Amino acid sequence: MATLHTRSAARLMIAPSVLLLLAWMIVPLAMTIYFSFLRYNLLMPGMEEFAGFSNYSYFLTDPAFFQAIFNTLAIVLGVLFITVVGGIALALLLDQPMFGQGIVRILVIAPFLIMPTVAALVWKNMFMNPVNGLFAWVAKLFGLQPFDFLANAPLMSVILIVAWQWLPFATLILLTALQSLDEEQKEAAQMDGAGAWSRFIYLVLPHLSRAITVVILIQTIFLLSVFAEILVTTNGGPGTQSTNLTFLVYAQALLQFDVGGASAGGIIAVILANIVAFFLMRMIGKTLEA
Amino acid sequence: MGSITLSKVSKVFGAHAVIPSIDLDINNGEFVVFVGPSGCGKSTLLRLIAGLEDVSDGDIVIDGKNATELPPAQRGLSMVFQSYALYPHMSVRSNIAFPLKMAGEDKAVIDKKVSDAARVLNLTDYLDRKPRQLSGGQRQRVAIGRAIVRQPKAFLFDEPLSNLDAALRVNMRLEISQLHQDLKTTMIYVTHDQVEAMTMADKIVVLNRGRIEQVGSPLDLYHKPDNLFVAGFIGSPRMNIVSGSAASAYQAHTMGIRPEHLVLSKESGAWQGTVGVAEHLGSDTFLHVNVDDGIGTVTARVSGDFAVTHGDRVFLTPDPQRVHRFDDKGLAVR
Repeated sequence: MATLHTRSAARLMIAPSVLLLLAWMIVPLAMTIYFSFLRYNLLMPGMEEFAGFSNYSYFLTDPAFFQAIFNTLAIVLGVLFITVVGGIALALLLDQPMFGQGIVRILVIAPFLIMPTVAALVWKNMFMNPVNGLFAWVAKLFGLQPFDFLANAPLMSVILIVAWQWLPFATLILLTALQSLDEEQKEAAQMDGAGAWSRFIYLVLPHLSRAITVVILIQTIFLLSVFAEILVTTNGGPGTQSTNLTFLVYAQALLQFDVGGASAGGIIAVILANIVAFFLMRMIGKTLEA
Repeated sequence: MGSITLSKVSKVFGAHAVIPSIDLDINNGEFVVFVGPSGCGKSTLLRLIAGLEDVSDGDIVIDGKNATELPPAQRGLSMVFQSYALYPHMSVRSNIAFPLKMAGEDKAVIDKKVSDAARVLNLTDYLDRKPRQLSGGQRQRVAIGRAIVRQPKAFLFDEPLSNLDAALRVNMRLEISQLHQDLKTTMIYVTHDQVEAMTMADKIVVLNRGRIEQVGSPLDLYHKPDNLFVAGFIGSPRMNIVSGSAASAYQAHTMGIRPEHLVLSKESGAWQGTVGVAEHLGSDTFLHVNVDDGIGTVTARVSGDFAVTHGDRVFLTPDPQRVHRFDDKGLAVR
């Protein structure tokens, strides 16, 4: 990019991809914004009319909306907590020399390769089912009443399932970061009299901070829009106890046939996601620069 | 204070004995250098003393106390690593304070010791910087600072100067020697560079394939090498090693003569040869002479103004007082 010529050539070269990306993003966004101002119900085709901000005011005053916001945040924070803490613990374990290391590492990655719907159905029917599930069997083994996870603690169950899926991702990233820690630094800390716990706090954790940041950023993007796990397990219920924002938009559009209201919800979700992203970058983006 | 005794120490990795068996006494306050070619086990030996590796057999006694089974932190030694191993996310101050903090020292005591160490090492202005904002020499000094605040019984240096450029290396060599004069603490220093060994050591331990070839003061090793290996390793440029009939003339299986102990002449001498390459350093010139009669290439040192060029015929005479004689097993004959 040294001369004026190469610079303008470079601009010309990247123009098609930029235009394509722009169209890909702008068109759906513009249509969603447009729909969000219409009274648009699938049961009344051809009756669309301009509705102003009424779609927004209905969506924002819906009691399910606040529940959905809370659930969305609970899923994001809950899963992040489990995967980061569990990921660090697993990475530390997998970093130890052991027999069959390669196979164990592949096994650990496996949950990430399973489709969300399949994983959620396996959990729903084989683990959490109060009659046939593994957990119920264990409970009965100890003479306890089986716990109906999806009915009594739906949000926690969803968090558990999603965390199980994302744990390998966090483990993998943290493990590679852990392996890049200089051996001599650990030895120096050992010579300096730091025990295992001090070495973890003062050496390992600061070294992992960048990897943890990456895990949090990437996972947040995906966790804000968890959908399949909710659809196949609790269907957002009981009531709206496990409905997050994505699921609420889906319910509005395809269960209540209200495309206008759903579009307004979608736009609100986009705005909220941007607010979260803004604070996230402010809070932990600093570690990435260092 | 800081005497270290190794008795029958050995280290085995799998089936491979890196160090077969070593006995060594290091006196309090000594500057001991372990020197040898790469893979001779010198770093392993240092790590055994530090406690970073377990000994396979034998005992390590520090200050009269058996330390063989002690963890590194309890041996009272500190170590400066080849890569310096500074903690990258900590400031220079926290780096130096780290061992004290781990020892649970008082905040005020830590501050005082850190600022003292920083003053000794000229780091006062850099205390709030991170290691990556420092030059190689400064990082080196931080690593030394982290080692001295603990007031250890002995310092261990693992090739600390190998990551520095040549000019800085000479400087740091002086600084470390000066530090040893000031602190009078035992220091064990590992290097593959015989110049570092010669200039800094009170006592050099020459290692080869896990065995000690010779222990002695720098000049001892220079003047009286016990065997061919030490003779070839100590001294720069290397000693000329000649065997065959030329050596028989000196009643030896193999003879060695240092480049600085060859007398050069254009008229007459014991050996005759053709000048190959001449390396002019200004003060001295090193001549690589292809000597006739099957003796081969011999290096000779002459003064810088000795006029000679490629292809000239010259005569070389070994100084008979300075000839080293070795028997057929490579051991010195005296």
